[in-house]
Amino acid sequence: MAVHVQEADFDVGAELDRLTKGNKRIGGLAVFVGLVREMHVREGLHRDRIDALTLEHYPGMTEKALEDIEAEANRRWPLEATLIVHRYGRMEAGDRIVLVAVGSPHREAAFEACEFLVDWLKTKAPFWKLEETPAGDKWVGAHEGDDAAAARWEKKSQ
Amino acid sequence: MKVRYFAWMKRTVGMADEEISPPAEVKTVGDLVVWLRGRSSGHAEALAEGAAFGAAVDQRTATFDVPIGGAREVAFFPPFTGG
Repeated sequence: MAVHVQEADFDVGAELDRLTKGNKRIGGLAVFVGLVREMHVREGLHRDRIDALTLEHYPGMTEKALEDIEAEANRRWPLEATLIVHRYGRMEAGDRIVLVAVGSPHREAAFEACEFLVDWLKTKAPFWKLEETPAGDKWVGAHEGDDAAAARWEKKSQ
Repeated sequence: MKVRYFAWMKRTVGMADEEISPPAEVKTVGDLVVWLRGRSSGHAEALAEGAAFGAAVDQRTATFDVPIGGAREVAFFPPFTGG
């Protein structure tokens, strides 16, 4: 189990090699990489393109929250390896923002736990996106879809 | 006790954090919210009733009924938008 909160970019291949090295019980490794998406928002008469964002977080709490989520995944599924790397600071469209990797003897647990981790970290880890638009910086509002995605795992808890 | 504000709440309150000594009758996160509203118009706006924000006590997510006695740090923030 590992959680890294960092400003720097990460090397997906190197991270996965490090995660699985020496563990021959892993039969499936599910990986999610989140990227900063180029977005178009329509507001009034203007159509703005968002090319960059700054991700603020709560140092200290962020690590605790991600470790809690990771521990919960390990309680729910038989996992051999879990990794969450989440960046903060300024990122541009196309940049990597988050890496979640889950290794398990079998693929079902790896896929499910990976999806669970991504859904929960979106709603339970203290990150806030500030988008850069031509009209100025704008804080992103929470998505109802993210709450619904996280909530479906609440029903599955024992 | 240290109070911290994040994202847009930091701008609205006008500061990232502050040291406070609330009176003894301020026992929970909810009590603290009400007490902080009286400190400035920025506080009142950021922590207004009906505003969408959450809280943490000593870096753990906390509901408004959580006691703050003995807490070192209480934080207020908008809904999370990471990932």
